[in-house]
Amino acid sequence: MTQFLEVDHLGMTFNGAEGELMAVQDVSFTLAEQEFLCVLGPSGSGKSTLLRLIAGLIKPTAGSIQFGCLPGEQPSISLVFQQTNLMPWRTVMQNILLPLELQGIDRDQALERANAMIHLVGLEEFAQAWPSELSGGMAQRVAIARAFIAEPDLLLLDEPFGSLDALTRERMGAELLNIWQSQRTAVIMVTHSISEALLLSDRVMVFSPRPATIVAEMKVDLPRPRQEETRYDPEFLKYAKLLRQAIK
Amino acid sequence: MIKQPVSEHKSSGKRHKTLEKLARYNGWLVVVSILLVLAVWSLGVQWGKPPAFLLPSPQAVWDKFVSTLADGSLLRHASVTFFEVLAGLFFGSLLATCLGYFLAKSSTLEKLLSPYLVASQAIPLVAIAPLLIIWFGPGISSKILICALIVFFPVLVNTIIGFRGVPENLRDLMVSMRATRWQKLRLLEIPAALPILFGGLRIGATLSVIGAVVGEFVGSDKGLGFLINVGRGQFDTALVFVAIFTLIFMALSLYGLAMLAEKRSTRWKTAHH
Repeated sequence: MTQFLEVDHLGMTFNGAEGELMAVQDVSFTLAEQEFLCVLGPSGSGKSTLLRLIAGLIKPTAGSIQFGCLPGEQPSISLVFQQTNLMPWRTVMQNILLPLELQGIDRDQALERANAMIHLVGLEEFAQAWPSELSGGMAQRVAIARAFIAEPDLLLLDEPFGSLDALTRERMGAELLNIWQSQRTAVIMVTHSISEALLLSDRVMVFSPRPATIVAEMKVDLPRPRQEETRYDPEFLKYAKLLRQAIK
Repeated sequence: MIKQPVSEHKSSGKRHKTLEKLARYNGWLVVVSILLVLAVWSLGVQWGKPPAFLLPSPQAVWDKFVSTLADGSLLRHASVTFFEVLAGLFFGSLLATCLGYFLAKSSTLEKLLSPYLVASQAIPLVAIAPLLIIWFGPGISSKILICALIVFFPVLVNTIIGFRGVPENLRDLMVSMRATRWQKLRLLEIPAALPILFGGLRIGATLSVIGAVVGEFVGSDKGLGFLINVGRGQFDTALVFVAIFTLIFMALSLYGLAMLAEKRSTRWKTAHH
């Protein structure tokens, strides 16, 4: 497997009013193509900063981020945040179309792909609704559809289900799994939930409180395709226990 | 029949609140109130019998309206004023929107320019209107300039507030999707700022009418402001009233149009299930 992403001794220090704040310290890891990596850690550690660094929204103060694609070529990256970040003046359909509009893709083809995406996340009835008319779970589904429609090389998920209730959250996790299994991209997902991390990922990294460093790493060798029921698999529970101990 | 306001803008003054209320009570309440005022006015003139140059009766004003409409003079003067108002509004808001966009983007530029911008607001426009007429002549170009100047500041302030208010997380989203500068402007910044931009336009529309009349007062041979001057000079108070009502009608129509545009651009705000 070729390395898709290589993060090398990455560090990020913010210069705030209260002096320097080190959010990320000496983080190194690699990500293979089509790999699903979960980052676990307490809130307030620099996990979101790590994603913002990888997305290129901010520049690191130390270390480097290298993509394994051809030199000079930028990989396409989609981000899903905890807040859904939908444009309130665009309908569900228009929000999902946004990445294709930015890429200048032919309207008919874009509509076709958007319709398929809306179908995949089960929002056919809400295609013409405004974001203000959606529930939290539906809005997050729109955000995920918008992220996947661009067919990105890398998907960054920052606690995408953090604001949802536990039941919706479980269902969304399973839905995300389904979508990802149908169109494999490399994913880095930040989460608090051990079972979410285990259900979805190939590998889990555990971060320390700020400044974020990697304190544990675990490969998840559960067979794919996984389903909602995988959560009750004895093997799954064994992993969960191991991971819980690693966090302590 | 009370319609809920779509958006109330903070910076609109007391005058605009009153106008908004007027617009909100649909139909019959407005009609009742106008009829009431007309009745009081009519009865007052009948009983008090003031000289016509002090207070003409509603009937006299109506007759004047019909006769000036018939000989075309009202429309001629009104269209001149209307053109000045529209052109001033257009150029004033165009300039203010462009400058406001860059001021919103760059706080250095704002710090550099804001002393002058604020100081320019301290100069009463009425005081410098004669100067502008001297410089730019008694034709309509000086009136357009006065309108543009009076419209400029409120639109500028709203533009800065509007563009500064674009949500940071949506900016991140656009950056992460590698949107170009132009795409960011077209798909994010303008739609996000639009409701506030229209709010500025709404205020500017009524101010522009004031600007035109001030300009025409100071020096002009056409327009509704000129008509008021003529009416005053000839003790033809009915003519003054006709011109005033036409001005009110003009200001209200423009205000209503701007409000309609604002409503249409913010349909997503009112949607509820």
